[in-house]
This record gives sequence, C-alpha cells and structure tokens, in this order.
Amino acid sequence: MTFKTILSLLFLLPHIAFGAKADAKDIMLGAVFPMTGPIATYGQESVNGMKLALKRINLKGIRGKKVQLIVEDNKGEPVESANAVRKLISVDDVYAILGSVASSNTLAGAPIAQSAKVPMLTPASTNEEVTKMGKYLSRTCFTDAFQGEVMAKFAYNSLNKKHAAIIVDLSSDYSKGLARIFKKRFKAMGGTIIPQDFSYNQKDTDFRTLLRKVKRKKPDIIFLPGYYQEVGLILKQARQIGMVMPFIGGDGWHSDSLLKLAGKKGIKNNYYSSHFSPDDTDPAVQNFVKEYVAAYGSKPGAMAALGYDGLMVMADALKRATSLNREALQKAIASTQNFKGVTGMITLDKMRNARKGAVVLETTEQGNIFKEKISP
Amino acid sequence: MSEDQLYFFYDLFQYLINGICQGSIYALIALGYTMVYGIIKLINFAHGEFYMIGAFTGYFCIRGGIPLYFAFPIAMLVPGIIAVLIEKIAYKPIRHAGRIPALITALGVSFFFQYFGQNVLGADPKAFPEVYEETIYNLGEAVSISSTQIIIIVTTLVLMLFLRWLVMSTKVGKAMRATSFNKDASELMGIDTDKIISFTFFIGASMAGAAGVLVGIYYNTVEPMMGLIPGLKAFIAAVLGGIGIIPGAVLGGLVLGVVENLVVGFWESTYRDAVSFGILILILLVKPTGILGTKTKEKV
Amino acid sequence: MEYLAHLTLNCGIFIILAVSLNLINGMAGQFSLGHAGFWAIGAYTGAAFSVFSPLPIPDWMNLFIGCGIGGISASIAGILIGIPCLRLRGDYLAIATLGFSEIIRLLIVNMDVVGGPRGFTNIPKWANLGWVYLWVVITILFISNLMKGTHGRAIISIREDEIAAESIGINTFKYKLMAFVIGSGFAGVAGALFAYSQQFIHPNGFNFLWSVIILLMIILGGLGSITGAVIGAVILTLLPEVLRLMGETISQWRMVIYSLLLIMLMLWRPQGLFGKKELNLSALLGRKKS
Repeated sequence: MTFKTILSLLFLLPHIAFGAKADAKDIMLGAVFPMTGPIATYGQESVNGMKLALKRINLKGIRGKKVQLIVEDNKGEPVESANAVRKLISVDDVYAILGSVASSNTLAGAPIAQSAKVPMLTPASTNEEVTKMGKYLSRTCFTDAFQGEVMAKFAYNSLNKKHAAIIVDLSSDYSKGLARIFKKRFKAMGGTIIPQDFSYNQKDTDFRTLLRKVKRKKPDIIFLPGYYQEVGLILKQARQIGMVMPFIGGDGWHSDSLLKLAGKKGIKNNYYSSHFSPDDTDPAVQNFVKEYVAAYGSKPGAMAALGYDGLMVMADALKRATSLNREALQKAIASTQNFKGVTGMITLDKMRNARKGAVVLETTEQGNIFKEKISP
Repeated sequence: MSEDQLYFFYDLFQYLINGICQGSIYALIALGYTMVYGIIKLINFAHGEFYMIGAFTGYFCIRGGIPLYFAFPIAMLVPGIIAVLIEKIAYKPIRHAGRIPALITALGVSFFFQYFGQNVLGADPKAFPEVYEETIYNLGEAVSISSTQIIIIVTTLVLMLFLRWLVMSTKVGKAMRATSFNKDASELMGIDTDKIISFTFFIGASMAGAAGVLVGIYYNTVEPMMGLIPGLKAFIAAVLGGIGIIPGAVLGGLVLGVVENLVVGFWESTYRDAVSFGILILILLVKPTGILGTKTKEKV
Repeated sequence: MEYLAHLTLNCGIFIILAVSLNLINGMAGQFSLGHAGFWAIGAYTGAAFSVFSPLPIPDWMNLFIGCGIGGISASIAGILIGIPCLRLRGDYLAIATLGFSEIIRLLIVNMDVVGGPRGFTNIPKWANLGWVYLWVVITILFISNLMKGTHGRAIISIREDEIAAESIGINTFKYKLMAFVIGSGFAGVAGALFAYSQQFIHPNGFNFLWSVIILLMIILGGLGSITGAVIGAVILTLLPEVLRLMGETISQWRMVIYSLLLIMLMLWRPQGLFGKKELNLSALLGRKKS
C-alpha cells in the first residue's frame, strides 16, 4: 500500500509542478487524443471542443463538484493509446475515459478499459468493432455502416447516379468498411458497381496511373472513402486527367486542407457525409459556433462538435447516475436517450452506438455547403 | 486491331509517360546517393531528407512570394549547405571507423530531420502553392501529358547532362573521380579530398533539393516524412543502375519508375512497393554491381 | 501499480528483442535492420493461435505453445530471408532486411483474417510478469551458452574477419545463417509475448521505426555485449515514460532526442556503454580501435 502511495505521488509530482491542480474532490475524467503526430489536427480540434464543454459544465458543476479533464497524447499510435489508457486508469484513477479519434487507437485502449471496468466513450471512432469490445465501450457518433448507407442513398436518390466505381484506401479499415457497406446498399437499390478493385495506400502521392484505370471504366460517380491527405491529391489529379464525374466520400474528407490540396478545379462537384455542419440553422448549433469562434477564432469542424457532444453526454450521464461510481456511470451512459447535442439527437442503442442523422456537404471553393440531412 | 487492343497500347503509353516522370524524380535523388557512395562508400540514409528540405525550402519561398525561378535555385542551395554541414559534423569524424558506424550515423541524421521537421513544421501534409496554371497536352485521343510532367523530364535531363559534364570535363570532376578511385593516392597528388567530398555532398543534396521542389509542384503536397520512401526507392534505383555510376542512377530511376507504374496500371497498387523491394533483392543477388556496373573484387 | 508492472513487462519483451538482435548484429556482425519484421511475424502467428485455435489446456501451457509457434514461424521466415540476403555484404544487407520487414508489414496489412489495417483484437491475456521473465532468462541463457561454445566462437570469428574465418575452414554462411535464424526466432517469441500482454496488435506497431529503436538499444548498451543489450533495452523502454512525466513538450521531442543520441554515440562512444565486455573475450580478441 505504501509503495502505491509513493508511486502515485511520484506520478503526481509533475502535475503539481506544472500547475495542474489535482483536487481530490473533483470528478476526474481522462481523455486520450492524438495531440501530436500525423492526425494531430483531429485530436487538437476534439480537445478544443471538449474544453468548451468543460467550461459550460463547470459553471454549475455536477453533484456539487467540479469536473477535471486529464488529456493524454497518444501520438495517433495504437501502442501509445494503450499505454495512455493504462496510465489514466492506474495512476490518475479516473472515473471514465473519452477517446480516441482513429478507430485503431480506440481499439488498442478498449480491452484495458473493459477489463478494468472503466467506462470509455469515444466521440469520433466510427468502426463497428469498437463497441463490440465490451459493455464499458460506447460512442456518441454514428458508425461506418451508417455512413456507407447514407452515401449510397445520396448517390442513387439525390444525385441520380447509377454506375459507381469505388477506390479504397487499403491501409485503413475505415475505408474498407465504408466501401463494403456502400457496395451492398448501392447494389440493393439497383445501381451497378464496377467489379474491379481500385485501391491505394496511405502516403501514396502519385495516383495518375490508378485514376487512368478508373477513367477507362467510365463510371458516372466515384465513391472515395479515404482521408483528406490522399483524397485531396486524388481529386486534383483526377480533374487534371479530365475526370469530371462527382467524387463522394465520408467524414475522413473533413479538413481545411482539402481545398488547398485539391485546388480550385479539384474541389468542385464533390460531396461527403459528416457529423456536423457549422451552417446548420439550429439555434443550439449556432450558439455553439458562436462560442467556439469567440474562444478559438475559427469555425468549429466536425471533430470539435463531436468532442463537445462526447463530454456533454458524459456530464449528463454523471448527473443521472444513481451513485458516483464507474458501474453506475456506465449504466447511465448506455441509457442515454434523446440527448440534444450539436451533432444531432443522440440516443444510444443496445450496442451502445449512437443513432443519429448525418449531414451531406458539398465541397466548393468557398468552403463546404450544407446539402442535406439524412436520418437513420 | 480491336478497340481493346488499341486501348491497351494507349494505356501502356500513358503509363510509360507517368512512369518516366516518376522515374525522373527517383533519378534526381539517386544521383546524390550514387555520387556520395562512389566517393566515400557511404549509403547516405539521410539523403531522402535533403529532398524533403528542398521541398520545404521551395514551399516557404513560394509562399513568401519569391518567384519560382529564384525559389528553385534557393531550394537547391539550402539542402546543399545543410548537407555539407552534416558531413563536417557527423560523417567526417567517423569516416575511418568503417561502413556500419557510418550507416548508423546516417540513420540517426535521417531520423533527426524527420522528427525535427515533424515537431517544428507539424506532421500534417501542407499544400504546395500553385505556381503556374497547368496545361494538359493531348497526344492522340487517349494519351495526355501535362506541362509539369514535361518540366520534370526536361529538368532531370538538363541536370544529368550538367553533372555528366561536371564530372567528366572539369577539373573538379577529375578530382572527384580521382578521390573516388583512390583517396590516399589523390591526396598525395595534391587534391584536397576533404573539399572534394564536401563538394560531392553539396551537389548530391542540391539535386535532391531540385527533386523536392519538382515533386512539390507535381503532387502538390509536402510533409516532413516525405523523404523516407522516395529515399529508399532512389537507393534501389542507384543499386539497380550500378551504384557509383552517374548514368546508372538515371537509368535505374527511370526503370524503377516505369516498372512501378506498370505494376499499378496492369496489376494492383498494393504490390508496388513490394515489387520495388523485390527488384532490389533480385539485383543484389544476380548482379550486385547493377545494370551498368563492372565486377570488382573485394580486397582482403 | 498495474502501470509499473506493465512497464516492467515491456522491459522484458524488449530485452528479448535486444538480446536476439545483438546475436545477429553484435555477435555475428551481420547488420540487420529488419528485426521488427520478425517480431511482427511472432506476434501475429502467436496471436492467431490464441484467437483461432487455443487448446483446452491451462493458459500457461497455451502460452508456451503460442510462443513456440511464434518463434518457429519467425525462424522459418529468418531462413527464407536469410538465405538470399546473408550473401550480401554489410550495408547492402541492412537495406535488404529493411525491405523485407516492410514487405512483411504490407502483407499483414493486406491480411483480413488477422484484422488487416484494423489491428488484431481479442487476444487473450496469457502473459504475465513471471512468464515473460522466464522467457527472458531462457533467451539470455541460450544465447550466452551458445556464444561460449564452438558455434559461438565461429560466429564471432565472422564478425572479426570474415575472409580470415573462411580461410581457416569455417563455413561462414552456415554460421551467419545460424545466428540470423536463432535471433529472428527469439524475436518471434518476443512477438508472441507482446501479443499476449498487449491483447491488441497493429501492423504499424511493427514498422521501421521500431527496428531502429531496437538497434539503438544494442548500440547504446554496446554491440556484442549481452549485458549491454539488457541495459540498453531497459533504458530505452523506460525513457519515454520518464519523458512523459517531464511534460508534454519534452515527450514530443522523444524521437529527436533518440536520433541525437544515436549520432552522439557514434561520434563519442561507438562501443556503447559496455563495449563487448562480460564475454571475457576482450583480452583474447583485443579491443577494436574506434
């Protein structure tokens, strides 16, 4: 026992030294996000959103206490995520953990949280597997399956396209998952999919030869469920070789850099599904946008909104929990019903996945335009 | 000829153009590899990072409003100077310790630039500013080449011819060849080999810097980790053509670029890197001296 | 407490990795840059065994079978890769092994059965401190005994002078391959143990970066010294966590610090902390001048 005390003191030391107040009376929550590394922008935006939520929560406090959020960096790497979750549980003794963004990171931490019986709520990981890891895992965003379905509906009904090609990022399970569902739904509605597999890997930069292959099959729409780094380059190179059909994709497209990477010609006439649009006229959303702009000087993206909602749902569960312990908290999170968040009405289903609508955005030179809202 | 057959040839031709273009980039980087290896028998693992530094120099210059024809030489100069410094600080003191310590140092230098860059510039890819309106020329009905592609191919050719002239027809070149042939003997003949080695690093790194800017324009993206894979590919190209031989680096680069694009075009992009490494291992086993190389016996 | 236990366990796994790489790089003088590849093979085969066909026997028996499977698969890969690559000289070998380990990683990414890019989930937690350190002891005893015998002397003679070794009748290729296969085998065991303790493995956890970190461990400790490899592994496993304590900014510069460490070691202390000591061979062979 004494050894443990010494150890925790040792670990608390830097926190004290760096000015973070560790008041035992506060409710301690942990957050695992990529603050550095290749996907750092996602993590930083999420944490910005959460900080805004934290401020709002601590105005009134919960159960007469203040909430503290300890943010750990996982560098966007699975192994680091596992270490961070371990540290939050055994050193900081948190009530619950929020995180992470990339599904592979969340999956790395999930078994640890589950076996320690610590509720882990991911605001942004869309992979199906995440909540299958155990009852302590839940999420406040929709899943890949839903996104694939939304884009299939949008392509077939709204854009009236019937002949699609799919280009998959083979180094991402997210991309493969979306492609699988899109293919199934699009075919079920009566569309045709070019049977050939078109694929690339992350960090590729030359897509001209690949796109040439796609172009020869004459699709009238291309489903491109990838991340913005490659998507931007693909869009640019596609327009350069004279491919004019629309490209559509998922929330991985979301970034300010997309326009810069794709260029003026590349950005036109493409659509993607996302969790949130700052142009949504809902007063709650507009209020959030206003607060965010005041705090950070730029409009919030989807990650900021998801981070905000994630922590708000957690706070709501903390209020509703029958008593202040992890098991009661888990039950409260799982029973979240009709919680009005900025990314939509959040209800957790039996598998602790949020059921809520998605927005489809059109990418243009002036920024994203809100196109339509598709409900489950 | 049926339409399918006709299209097969169109496709093939297009893939060749794309391949030559990508191969030119590999060739420019491989030139530096091959020259440094030729002169001090060091696989300069950090060479890919000079390409990254060149790309970022170009990126910052152009964003700062400097026109391309000034930015381009600056982007060649900066990596050149950094390479000379690195050589003086890290490589020269251990030049006599053997190949493996030198390789480990090079590895360290490479990681240093990658992660230093990541911390200072951020890991996310930056969009390279558009420097000119790109035009596409259509050759026949289904083959096209862009102005950037032409610029890349022409620049590579010009730089290669310049190097060839420098090495074969100037006094410095003669000294470089002498140093590469026998360092001690050249020192006895009054050649300042330290200077020659620095000069070689400078030239090699500026070639890589040039490749960096061209890639920035061509692919429209720069990031701190961008040097790793092209660096390795350029090494493969240098070995393929015969390491230490200048035309060999260009030949190796072009062959590798074309093969990669044919793999992507007629097969799957997933296999591209595996095929490249396969080529390396095959050439090392079958003819380690490369396509243009002649056999030399290892001295005891 | 669990956190500290976990770090100690990680130390054990990296000790196995460092000691086994030391056999290849330090003892036999064959410069491999692909150790993470064999580590990955061990981790994935071991994990596949535990997920798809664990036997109805106690966990610790399953653990040993899993480690065996991981080790054997990695050794087989070691034979397949070693036969063509070990004909190459020093720096070429480094690049060729690097190439192979990347190919291994790409193959895993494209294998859906083991999760592909999603990572391999639901691996049972069979490993604990005791079993891991039992394997650490096995590895160290096996390799140090090997080095004391004839085979070991032959392996070291290759490092010192390959051509001389050959001229006195040592089948250098055989011994190079032996060192390579044993080294990769133990890396495989470390992989299986890693899978059974992390419960989740991901192809990116075995990339080139890790090959370099393991290399840095043995260079820091001293190429050719088992003691050095152990110390190097412990230092570099704990260092990131210590840096984490020192705050976000320093932790962020971890890789920059590592790379500077690598360069400075080469410049000022290429023999590492221990040189080739502890083998008691230094008197016999004479210290290499740096």
